[in-house]
Amino acid sequence: MAGDAKPRLAVFKLASCDGCQLQMLNLEDELLDIAGKVEICYFLEARSQILDGPYDVALVEGSVTTEHDVERVRDIRRNSQMLITIGACASAGGIQALRNMQDVDEYTRSIYANPSYIHTLSQSTPVAAHVTVDFAINGCPISRQQLLEVLTSLLIGRAPQLPTYSVCVECKRKGNVCVLVSRGIACIGPITQAGCGALCPGFNRGCFGCYGPMESANPDSLCHRLAMRGIRRAEILRLLNGFTGWAEEFRSAAEKLEKTSP
Amino acid sequence: MSATTMFEPAAIADPMLPYPAVVRAIRPETYGISTFSLEYLDPAAQAGFAPGQFNMIHLPGFGEVAISICSDPNTPKVMEHTIRYAGSVTRAIGRLRVGDTVGMRGPYGNPWPMQLAEGKDLMIVSGGIGLAPLRPLILEVIHRRSSFGRVLLLYGGRTPQDLLYTGEFEKWQDGGIEMNVSVDRADETWKGQVGVIPMAFYRIRLDHRNTLVFSCGPEIMMRFVIYEAMARRIPKEAIYVSMERNMKCAIGFCGHCQLGPAFICKQGPVFQFSTIEPFFGREEF
Amino acid sequence: MVGSTAPRVSATAILPKPALQRVLDNLCQSGFQLIGPTVRDGAVILDAIRNISELPIGWTLEQKAGSSHLLRTHSTDYFGCPVGPHSWKRYLFPPHFDLLTAHRNSHGWTFEPARDDSPPFAFIGVRSCDLHAISIQDDVFVNGAVSDPHYARRRERAFILAVNCNTAASTCFCTSMKTGPRVLSGFDLALTELPESFVIEIGSEAGSNVLAGVDWQPASAFDLGRVTQIMQRTERQIQRQVTTSDLPQLLYDRIDHPYWDAIAARCLSCANCTLVCPTCFCSTVEDHSDLTGTNTKRTRAWDSCFILDFSHVHGGNSRPTVKSRFRQWMTHKLGAWIDQFGRSGCVGCGRCIAWCPVEIDITEELSTLRSQGAR
Ligand code: SF4
Ligand code: SF4
Repeated sequence: MAGDAKPRLAVFKLASCDGCQLQMLNLEDELLDIAGKVEICYFLEARSQILDGPYDVALVEGSVTTEHDVERVRDIRRNSQMLITIGACASAGGIQALRNMQDVDEYTRSIYANPSYIHTLSQSTPVAAHVTVDFAINGCPISRQQLLEVLTSLLIGRAPQLPTYSVCVECKRKGNVCVLVSRGIACIGPITQAGCGALCPGFNRGCFGCYGPMESANPDSLCHRLAMRGIRRAEILRLLNGFTGWAEEFRSAAEKLEKTSP
Repeated sequence: MSATTMFEPAAIADPMLPYPAVVRAIRPETYGISTFSLEYLDPAAQAGFAPGQFNMIHLPGFGEVAISICSDPNTPKVMEHTIRYAGSVTRAIGRLRVGDTVGMRGPYGNPWPMQLAEGKDLMIVSGGIGLAPLRPLILEVIHRRSSFGRVLLLYGGRTPQDLLYTGEFEKWQDGGIEMNVSVDRADETWKGQVGVIPMAFYRIRLDHRNTLVFSCGPEIMMRFVIYEAMARRIPKEAIYVSMERNMKCAIGFCGHCQLGPAFICKQGPVFQFSTIEPFFGREEF
Repeated sequence: MVGSTAPRVSATAILPKPALQRVLDNLCQSGFQLIGPTVRDGAVILDAIRNISELPIGWTLEQKAGSSHLLRTHSTDYFGCPVGPHSWKRYLFPPHFDLLTAHRNSHGWTFEPARDDSPPFAFIGVRSCDLHAISIQDDVFVNGAVSDPHYARRRERAFILAVNCNTAASTCFCTSMKTGPRVLSGFDLALTELPESFVIEIGSEAGSNVLAGVDWQPASAFDLGRVTQIMQRTERQIQRQVTTSDLPQLLYDRIDHPYWDAIAARCLSCANCTLVCPTCFCSTVEDHSDLTGTNTKRTRAWDSCFILDFSHVHGGNSRPTVKSRFRQWMTHKLGAWIDQFGRSGCVGCGRCIAWCPVEIDITEELSTLRSQGAR
């Protein structure tokens, strides 16, 4: 983005809770600087003004759950030089992808008074299942620092550097005591990508995979060990089937686990 | 180290601290590769360098990269660096203009054994951008041509467009270097040889008792060079290779550049082949 | 012998246990920040302390591959609890460290070294294995041709109060690595804990000075005999045996062994083992710039050979598989280190064994590799 005109930024939302967009608004100290460096063309969460595309960068929050979403995401792709997904929904399908393994019609019938108004796809899928994604920021919600790193790198013209190693690296650098080793708490930090700052283990809870699978993740080995330690299968499945449960590595590990005895 | 002092120990200069250096010239070489002439702003930062050594070039916000010095060691004030735009840092360096500054520290690393080479025949074998760390050696040899025996350069690239420093080849030839330049494939405009580097060996007669082999290029090429040289009874001890690995510090702290027991930044990048033989070319090592 | 006189260097004194508080106070008053073992989040960690009551008194450790549990005991030992997940490298070679800042003005870039404002540390309760680990990191950072001024500053100013272990964990193997359990050198003070008193060896002038005003007596031959007994008992407790005589060649001979694949099937490449190891020194250096790119901070952070990016080379990765990364760690730690620095990179503290989430035990993997023969 070395040209002289300010890059044009758009922030879109599909099926999601707005939490990741909020992280952008939470960049209080830097938001003014960002606004001075880029032209914010579309960001309904922050302002109602809409400027038409094409955009240099589109940040997309949320997963694709309806026919309308499919149309929109294609439209966004056509209109954007660079498409970056933000958050577990856009990057991995989100918590709503839990329904992918269930019968959606049954859900709609049991939840909505008039299910006929509900037009939904049978699966909640990540943006990358529909269009080419240039870069993904993971997390539920995304980390402000990571968002800032991505924006900074785009502005100065280098590749964003987000860690792909395990949450354990963050735990150890921070000095957290490993909850799994010291207290036998089920934790999938060793197969989950860093980025959250090891938030949950820092509060004596196991990681449940918000940032999705790490580089060269080995979920089978971890699941096997967790089971050998006496952690119940349902508990391990609960961790795997979380916000990024539809991500390939977690999904296939969960499927294998399902086939074992409880 | 039990002597405890409450005083601040005398500050040693941080070896990780770069010094500002200014871009004096940029010379495009081939597609995506240019040579940058860099000079320290503070002449006191300049320490001279030996052929085969490298500098760490830092572009703040992007990072630091190890780049071989490719210019004449007799004129160390301005050092040349041939850079391929391959990653974030090098691409950003590619956007610099003459007069811009970067951070630089160095020189680092074990150079080519110039003293051992005196009186010997030299077989310099290189591929692609691997010629860069050998260029200072070639220039040095030309300066003191009579100190060396036969000097052969076997240089290869995938295509004629991948060859570096082609504009200097005639001067090198006139300076007493026997040039053997070949490419893997070429169209009819190419007048030179076609074929991979090791094939060039067959055309050359070597005095195996008095030859040193210096090689830098892709590891796979160096593997063949070593094989061919040894097949011609050149001892392992007479073969030198320049290795490349990721480096974060160049002074043995970061651990990134290890190859078995060797730190490439300290014992390398130039190694006597016999010292790294057990670890050279091992899969994923 | 209470009062102003202090025992001479290399003398041995005995003091009632609570008198240790006076030693800590003296260190505090001299400006040291005390770092010592303390219980937090179900483990013994290292943190700032001021008072002996913060030590893990009455705790012990039940530890095996992949698990580490604190247990209450009736013992009133101050230092009865073996090492936890932290090591002293956290203070000498911190996990994140600012190296420098770069600013761009109209003339170009200027570079400014970062200031390290850390106070001098007094390390309370350094065990023999960890003392060796510190000296191994000295090899890397200050004993080579180039010295790291940041490490050197923290290291030179550190006061070391060492302890002889009176309890070993089942993961300990210092006797095999010849790094313990008794501390022999490199300390300012070294304690051996008896039920009601400490026998103290004075290792330096600084160590002698902090005993000024402390209620001490010269240690008797009987006291010293008890120290020897305790050390013999600890040595007997250490069950884990590691053969080292065939290293590093054993590992060099097995670079292409298929057994590495079997380890890789279990290893998560999570990097825990390297980050808890007191000798692992690898680091990465990162630039953090502001949105305009005019100000950049360069920081050094703990890295690990298990992290994919560690072995990134342009146009690929030199160790793309978990197998190659595990092999690198173990071959370096137990093998190549000997060629590099003249001694093993492992001090037998057992941390990597205990803190591996999937119970990979470096000592077992070594014997398995040995039993499988060269390949
Ligand atoms: S050996 Fe254990 S601690 Fe080390 S990277 Fe592998 S799984 Fe993690
Ligand atoms: S390799 Fe394991 S046992 Fe050896 S020093 Fe490191 S953490 Fe301790």
